[in-house]
Amino acid sequence: MIVDMENTTAARIEKKLNQLRDENGVVTLGRVLTLVILARAGHSEMAVEAANYASHEHPCRIIVHVAHSATDETRLDAQLRMGGDAGASEVILLHGYGDLAEPTETLVSALLLPDAPIVAWWPHDFPENPSGSSIGRIAHRRITDSARADDPFASLAQLSRQYTPGDTDLAWTRVTNWRVQLAAVLDQVGPVAVREIVLEGAAVAPSMLLLGVWLSSKLDAPATIVGDESRRALDRVALVTDDGVVELDRPGRTVAVLTQPGQPEQQIAMPVRDLNACLAEELRRLDADEVYGEVITNGLASARITTRSADGTEVTTSLDEALSAAGDRAQDSPAVPDEEPGAMRRAQPGCVVGSGAGEDGA
Amino acid sequence: MPDTSHQNPLRDPNDRRLTRVAAPSALVLFGVTGDLAKKKLLPAMYDLANRSLLPPAFSLVGFGRRDWDDAQFAEYVKENVTQHARTPYNEDLWNQFASGLRFVHGEFDDDDAYDRLAQTLDELDRDRGTRGNHAFYLSIPPKAFEVVCQQLADHDLADSEDCTGWRRVVIEKPFGHDLESARELNAIVERVFRADSVFRIDHYLGKETVQNILALRFANQMFEPLWNARYVDHVQITMAEEIGIGSRAGYYDGVGAARDVIQNHLLQLLALTAMEEPASFSAHHLRREKAKVLESVVLPEDLGEHSALGQYTSGLQGGEFVKGFHEESDIPADSRTETFAALRVDINNRRWAGVPFYLRAGKRLGRRVTEIAVAFKKSPNLLFRDTDHGEFGQNAIVIRIQPDEGVTIRFGSKVPGTQSEIRDVTMDFGYGHAFTESSPEAYERLIFDVLLGEPPLFPDHSEVEQSWKILDPFEQYWAEHRIVPEPYEPGSWGPAAAHELMARDGRVWRRP
Repeated sequence: MIVDMENTTAARIEKKLNQLRDENGVVTLGRVLTLVILARAGHSEMAVEAANYASHEHPCRIIVHVAHSATDETRLDAQLRMGGDAGASEVILLHGYGDLAEPTETLVSALLLPDAPIVAWWPHDFPENPSGSSIGRIAHRRITDSARADDPFASLAQLSRQYTPGDTDLAWTRVTNWRVQLAAVLDQVGPVAVREIVLEGAAVAPSMLLLGVWLSSKLDAPATIVGDESRRALDRVALVTDDGVVELDRPGRTVAVLTQPGQPEQQIAMPVRDLNACLAEELRRLDADEVYGEVITNGLASARITTRSADGTEVTTSLDEALSAAGDRAQDSPAVPDEEPGAMRRAQPGCVVGSGAGEDGA
Repeated sequence: MPDTSHQNPLRDPNDRRLTRVAAPSALVLFGVTGDLAKKKLLPAMYDLANRSLLPPAFSLVGFGRRDWDDAQFAEYVKENVTQHARTPYNEDLWNQFASGLRFVHGEFDDDDAYDRLAQTLDELDRDRGTRGNHAFYLSIPPKAFEVVCQQLADHDLADSEDCTGWRRVVIEKPFGHDLESARELNAIVERVFRADSVFRIDHYLGKETVQNILALRFANQMFEPLWNARYVDHVQITMAEEIGIGSRAGYYDGVGAARDVIQNHLLQLLALTAMEEPASFSAHHLRREKAKVLESVVLPEDLGEHSALGQYTSGLQGGEFVKGFHEESDIPADSRTETFAALRVDINNRRWAGVPFYLRAGKRLGRRVTEIAVAFKKSPNLLFRDTDHGEFGQNAIVIRIQPDEGVTIRFGSKVPGTQSEIRDVTMDFGYGHAFTESSPEAYERLIFDVLLGEPPLFPDHSEVEQSWKILDPFEQYWAEHRIVPEPYEPGSWGPAAAHELMARDGRVWRRP
């Protein structure tokens, strides 16, 4: 059921919700959290879809704030979705114009579930300081998505400076499967010294950088990130050990091949995950992700990371350099058509995010 | 699998996203053409692949009588995967999955077939890197266990000192039909596989369900103080099915509801409901607590008075005419096999002395439901004596296992208006994601755990034996006294005897 309300207030929305429940028996299951999505006009549907999907695993109330032009006359429109139109959740879409284009605690507080954790999610751009923003302050978890931000690397650097326990970034979530498989590989290989780490992908993307930093700091070895525009997303990680090269390669979207010294090649089913699956993973834990915190702060600051393009023309040796070089290239290169249907980020120039941003490509 | 996790620099206890992946391995499935394999096991394996949870190099070897080659087997698997898998079909993924499919054709006692199986597994180890890790899933009747286990041992496929990698075997309930046969069966299996490599699967009881019960009881402060004889009046554990025996006559006749369901499923639920808090989730601790409570179970002195048997008759069930038990195909006219069984047991420990546990299971009952209902004692009401009937005020916590896994709490509330009348109301919680018998996730989890070698929540042999020790006296009593199951209408809640059993104790069955 979908109910539209124009020029309304939070109090009237809450009243309407209760009324709908009374009249139509739209009774909901127990709710475990409130998910507040802070979206831009025209880019909210995919986020809502992902949230609906995640709500099957984590029954929640979803509040979507859609920011319209701040220069419009101040007004609030709303749409309520319940029952079959909302997955295992109820969705409240708030269209804020004028002063209400800025999402605040006072706008949503009447709609938050009592005594339930709050998760804030910025599906593309996020404010200067997510944890200091009005919604960010009351949220237990703050999910950003640097890969979908206008300038992914500036965003990553910003997240690094402002990290507060409870923050996570979907660029980190997207590499979970890689991390799982790489850790499993080292279980198999046994104790071995890793001398160098090489990551290859379409271009240097936030996910690759985070994975590189994590590997480099955990394995205490320098990492090289090679951007090759003929590839798609992150598709190869090699650990150079004393005994030979251990390599996990996913040239397509589904099957990865594991190569290690003295063993036949092993195939691993590792299909690309979509946004839905990543968000569901993200909602699985509501406490701070300490490992991410370590990677985004100290890891990013001290990692031994080199980036270069496949033809070897652009080489950077420090992370600062890498970040700015990647940013420059993003601005110089022509727009890459967005492959992922319905991807919500703006069409933006960028070998940087390229095909990897729409999904867990990285 | 070598345990190197403590040396693996990528492992970090704080890194909770980093789930474990099983070592490269091959699974040999006996009984590939069975219903379970078709509808659950094969699709579950594909779904695992789709979620990146299968081990690297995962290979599946089918073993069966059909005269198939690998390609025909792959075609058969594909058909069932496309029909029954819950995740979308993906051509690339399928091709990868299919590349690890093999079929070995043969009878269970055919020496040559096992030679071919050994050869196939060697090839997989060599070409795909399965590293000698082999699991055998025996989705076959228990009478075939002996010959299959023996053949596996003879062909050096089972556990041995010099084998590389691990060997595991998965067997499904029923684990015997009484204590003696359970021991025999166990002896057969454990002769060739190590005790901790034997996975006994009760697919009614998913791991998620077990963990949900443990979480409800032990992660909360508000239930546990009430969870004892001081506050609890009695506990009812029900597993009802609305279907009949269908085409399972061959299996069901001579087994009956008590052996089919009460011995394993309901006694496991009883143990989980009544046990003390385990020191950890580990297999060892959990089993110790379950065993302790099962050992404390005492049977009623008069087994006949405290048990009831039934058989469904033909009739209209929910608007549809259904056959009675004796009219089902292949059921002999004089079959005394029960399709409904109810019984009472007590637990003789400090926590539960004086609290009866009523267990009932049956087919063609009112609806499909499995639940544990903890009924509390009535409150001594001074304030609200003028209520409309005497039934109010018995609080209950109901743990629903399936369908709609969740928890219902029943308590009294004032009827709006001027009189001080009290009614019972219910408050409901549903797990968003039901992991139940019917949900394929339960099988995914199950296969995943077998490959990972994580047995905690599967019952071990001593639990199986202990459960038979509880049920055997009832079965003997019913056999000795030639108890004829009472007929009951399809769609009802069992025979009159079941209701009398409760009435004798001054109680009634809850309507689930």
